[in-house]
Amino acid sequence: MNRIEKRVTACRESGRKMLIPFITAGDPDLKITLQTMQSMVKAGADMIELGIPFSDPVADGPVIQRACERALLNTVTTKQVVDIVKEFRKTDQETPIIFMGYMNPIEVMGYSKFTTLISEAGVDAVIAVDMTPEESNEYSKAMNAAGLESIYLITPTTPEERIKRIVSLAGGFVYYVSVRGVTGAAELDLNEISAKIKQIKQHTKLPVGVGFGIRDQKSATEIASVSDAVIIGSAIVRIHENLNQTPEQIPAAVSEFITGIRTALDGM
Amino acid sequence: MKANNRDIQLKDIVFSEYPDEGGHFDRFGGMFMAETLMDPVLELAEAYKKYMKNPQFLKDMDRDLAYYVGRPSPLYYAERWSEILGGAKIYLKREDLNHTGAHKVNNTIGQALLAKYMGKKRVIAETGAGQHGVATATVAARFGMKCIVYMGEEDIRRQAINVYRMKLLGAEVISVKSGSRTLKDACNEAIRDWITNVDDTFYIFGTASGPHPYPAMVRDFQSIIGREAREQILEQEGKLPDAIVACVGGGSNAIGLFHPFLEDRNVKIYGVEAAGKGIETGQHAAPLTAEGTKPGVLHGTRTYVMSTEDGQIIETHSVSAGLDYPGVGPEHAWLKDIGRAKYVAINDEEALQGFHDLTRYEGIMPALESSHAVAYATKLAPTMSKDQTIIVNLSGRGDKDIHTVAAWEGIEI
Repeated sequence: MNRIEKRVTACRESGRKMLIPFITAGDPDLKITLQTMQSMVKAGADMIELGIPFSDPVADGPVIQRACERALLNTVTTKQVVDIVKEFRKTDQETPIIFMGYMNPIEVMGYSKFTTLISEAGVDAVIAVDMTPEESNEYSKAMNAAGLESIYLITPTTPEERIKRIVSLAGGFVYYVSVRGVTGAAELDLNEISAKIKQIKQHTKLPVGVGFGIRDQKSATEIASVSDAVIIGSAIVRIHENLNQTPEQIPAAVSEFITGIRTALDGM
Repeated sequence: MKANNRDIQLKDIVFSEYPDEGGHFDRFGGMFMAETLMDPVLELAEAYKKYMKNPQFLKDMDRDLAYYVGRPSPLYYAERWSEILGGAKIYLKREDLNHTGAHKVNNTIGQALLAKYMGKKRVIAETGAGQHGVATATVAARFGMKCIVYMGEEDIRRQAINVYRMKLLGAEVISVKSGSRTLKDACNEAIRDWITNVDDTFYIFGTASGPHPYPAMVRDFQSIIGREAREQILEQEGKLPDAIVACVGGGSNAIGLFHPFLEDRNVKIYGVEAAGKGIETGQHAAPLTAEGTKPGVLHGTRTYVMSTEDGQIIETHSVSAGLDYPGVGPEHAWLKDIGRAKYVAINDEEALQGFHDLTRYEGIMPALESSHAVAYATKLAPTMSKDQTIIVNLSGRGDKDIHTVAAWEGIEI
């Protein structure tokens, strides 16, 4: 079993809802990113989603766009993010790490170079926002060869036939995007989400995590009541933004936020 | 990445067979989109295929192109300018005489009609120079659709008149303040709008790029330029041209002129990119001409993209807002690779000179975008003989650029 499967199995057996926080790597610098990753694990995160900063993040709302801008202002590169993962792995061999990013940096580096580099550093999976099943042939080969899981998004606009195709390529877990919108957007429609997750589960045994639009304990427990995992991004990135002038406070503030969500999920 | 099949020789390529079902021009093109947009993009590809065989749709489009846009646009022999240059005879394809003053309307009529047939009531668009925004706002008024245009803050400053034109036409112009605040950022914001309002919105994309079916669809709508020009030159000269020239930002006017000539293997094809302050300065918008540009993925398609070693998109520079784009349509990337078209670059200063030349010698004021093609023709024509001909696509008129030209020359209006 790989790291993600182990974690999924352990959570399933103990009835624990998985909590997957997202942060943009290098916002505002890589040292804070490493400390925040460690503090999130202590506070009860089950996996960590690490955003690779990109200049043109079209699926992201303004909060994560600004985080990318802050990271790129410090010219944070993919290779430096990989180095942070290596550092993290020195003390944590268990917590799965998922890279989330866009295709251009991966294309420019080359698929096999990218997958080899990140897998050797201890990354477990990749979410490439603008990679599609239609274009995935060579990409999947490189990912599989490096032992990485490809996590794909399913959205409210994904029809059932397409869900079948996507889950046949997916590994790790299925990422259900809860809203029609970019990250950090709008109100959640619990009935629609619940119905769609039931539909997804008819076609896969993989756990289903839900992201986009979860911001507090209430929305987290609501989503957890119909899914296996909650993914929280913009709400945590906003903490980074608010503490931009005093970045040393970020790891503790994020930890406090995660602890609150963890307690709420465990108390369900 | 898809292997580039180098075994296929240029002479064996049948151009009408491209793109394939998935929108690929060999290793370029395709569909790289956030999942939320994949269903609408696939729906659009189906609808496009269906309606291009629908006689009523085609009849509606032809009628609007003739009576609303004013097609066919003339192919004009620029006699005086040709004589001054002392080489090949230069013909201008007068897309500047279209309603709204540029080629962009050929495409927006097609896409708005498609939106209407698909029952979409809200259209969105990105714009750089404002020409595509104006062309979209125009057809939205014509068809009674709600219209939102995204435009970079920097371009809004450069193209104030077009911004006001769009507002007069009833469009809402949204200023984009992220990134370089130009065309690529306007694209990003329009895509975000589409992700958010996916159920009722049609994205009228302005250039022959983006995810399939846009590159093929925009090319097909713009190909009327080349089809007319081919007929017109045969009528006036009794033979095909020796060379055809068009400016390339995303590349929609260029592919529109080029495509009907691709099988005419003796016709030389030149795409003219913006060299900005000079290719060597790095401040340009010439992904095809600059050495070392790698294929990447931008706005839904795989093509040559100006990016850093780490894959971040580079901010481009050109005096003409319409060419200020770090990517290029995937068919151009492919035409470059197989050697069917040659891509060259003209810098800001040369483009300005082209603007003045055509204005003074022919009384035709070209858009700064088109001025790049004009400037290249001034280099090309003298190297050719007097019995040879060149067609230059005059993709738009220059009224919108008067302030930029004046400012460039230190004149206050």
